[in-house]
Amino acid sequence: MSKTIFDKIWNFHVVKEIPDGPSILYIDRHFIHEVTSPQAFSGLEKRGARLFRPNQTFATCDHNVPTINQHLPIADESSRIPVERLAENTKKHGVTYFPLGDPSNGVVHIIGPELGLTQVGMTIVCGDSHTSTHGAFGNIAFGIGTSEVEMVFATQSLLQTKPKQMLIEVNGALKEGVCAKDIILHIISKLGTSEGTGYFIEFAGSTISSLTMEERMTICNMSIEMGARGGMIAPDETTFHYLKGRRYSPKGEEWEKAVERWRSLKSDAGAKYDAHYTFTADQIEPMITYGTNPGMGMKITSLVPDTGSKPLEYMGFKAGERLLGKKIDYVFLGSCTNGRIEDFRAFANFVKGKKKFADVEAWLVPGSKAVERAIEQEGIGNILRDAGFAVREPGCSACLGMNEDKIPAGKYCISTSNRNFEGRQGPGARTLLAGPLVAAAAAVYGVITDPRTIK
Amino acid sequence: MSFNKITILESKPILMPIENIDTDQIIPARFLKTTTREGFGKNLFYDWRYNSNGEKNSSFVLNRAEGDGTILVAGRNFGCGSSREHAAWAIYDYGIRAVVSSFFADIFKNNALNNGLLPVKVSQEFLDRIFAASGTTLVINLPERTITNSRTGEKESFEINSYKQNCLTNGYDDIDYLLANIGSIKEYEQFTKR
Repeated sequence: MSKTIFDKIWNFHVVKEIPDGPSILYIDRHFIHEVTSPQAFSGLEKRGARLFRPNQTFATCDHNVPTINQHLPIADESSRIPVERLAENTKKHGVTYFPLGDPSNGVVHIIGPELGLTQVGMTIVCGDSHTSTHGAFGNIAFGIGTSEVEMVFATQSLLQTKPKQMLIEVNGALKEGVCAKDIILHIISKLGTSEGTGYFIEFAGSTISSLTMEERMTICNMSIEMGARGGMIAPDETTFHYLKGRRYSPKGEEWEKAVERWRSLKSDAGAKYDAHYTFTADQIEPMITYGTNPGMGMKITSLVPDTGSKPLEYMGFKAGERLLGKKIDYVFLGSCTNGRIEDFRAFANFVKGKKKFADVEAWLVPGSKAVERAIEQEGIGNILRDAGFAVREPGCSACLGMNEDKIPAGKYCISTSNRNFEGRQGPGARTLLAGPLVAAAAAVYGVITDPRTIK
Repeated sequence: MSFNKITILESKPILMPIENIDTDQIIPARFLKTTTREGFGKNLFYDWRYNSNGEKNSSFVLNRAEGDGTILVAGRNFGCGSSREHAAWAIYDYGIRAVVSSFFADIFKNNALNNGLLPVKVSQEFLDRIFAASGTTLVINLPERTITNSRTGEKESFEINSYKQNCLTNGYDDIDYLLANIGSIKEYEQFTKR
């Protein structure tokens, strides 16, 4: 019988099925961070259990970290304690930890692929909903709760019910000035924030195949914003090329064998999906959100639709008005959605030879130390500084209003992150999600600007 | 994680007829910094419950004397967004034992079930009729897998797999089950040469 790539990876990882219940699913790779792991460590200890396979878990701190002066102790005690606890817990249980300042530190979903810890055909989990990012390499990767983190600690397994499967195809060539973030914001604006609930998504089609790994990660990253547990893309030469030579990637003969195995990981012709949507690339334009969930997105040139008063009241917008030309207070480039080197290249390419708008506060936050190094090595740092921008240090930053980087109440922020929920970037903050080019244009002109109209 | 066993819940519910309530509303990220599971209830729905000056928002349902606090009824797509289990902990810590909605986000549903909080998925019509009038009493019968609206007399069945139902009625969790299967997990590792 024809199988999807999801079926193939899933079946390989089922240890045992429970009648009228979930399956025991074996987990290859477990990423942890300081927010959702401390209670799992203490739960494990209370049971008197040991970490079953410490070599398969890797840790970083990202949510609570400041993005300036990382060489100093974290000033806010409530942020410092979880980070210190992670250091203690990982040491005690023999887990590899990339602490603040370490050359491999960064946002969990950025460093996994960079280090080659994220490979192909794996089951990957993390106590973080954006774990779907790792699906870009052809993995079953999904976010879990803290009780589940404890399960993986104790048994390297989870109890999971097999989800339904959805195929989303995007075909054709993208128009000039349209990026991966626009693709996914377009899809979510059409399907809504709950259409994916109960499903695992496979993204396919000629547009998707033509994307770089960074772009594929941006797309899979936001699968959860449709409610889907995860999103994945079948691996191909682009995937293997990205992974070759990375620190934890297989080497030599092992590499050859792995690639041979990985090449077979794709959905068979005639494989069945429970839902199927098709999009055409030339219908996609630069996107922006106007409301308080990621489904409330539109073409940047469109008028705000009437979606009921609550979201628009919160955002301070009126139905029928144009967003182009609206004043912006903050710009945030970064997060596990758009904090990779390609995002910085796109941003720098736009602002090169221009100047940051004086009244805009711009936070440019690399997703990892590796991205931070590449920014300097490629000369992007100089371009950004010449244009009046500063590059901060890696972390989740203004994506979630948890560390020092919060957007003040009532202020407008063009954010390359993934969620525009009320208060997500700080109490009362007004978030407009967009890609790095729209962010760059707003940073230069101080108002919402269609980047395609600028030479 | 130990929690109270659930069999039958009867309650005047807390009504929140709002769709897409995300986990950032249930518990904002700035309250996720403690390293224990307890004490999140006081910050449940914080930004809706309190005004920016820290005073109680008297129009918010948790600040009105409605419902006895055991069952929360909310609009569709409850618990979307972040995977933070703190959302389930906060609801449980507040004293709520079941959430009724026409649709739950996946990760929230799992987190709830892992913490003795019962997600009850009902039809949109059933949900709308709960919201239609105040003063309703709901009866959730877990062994029967039914929910009854005492005001209208309507009764609806809800789904839960027998494994999870057993966990909730007996107050045990997945880790107990997985640890009991560690032999099979080791065999799997051997078999796949890990």
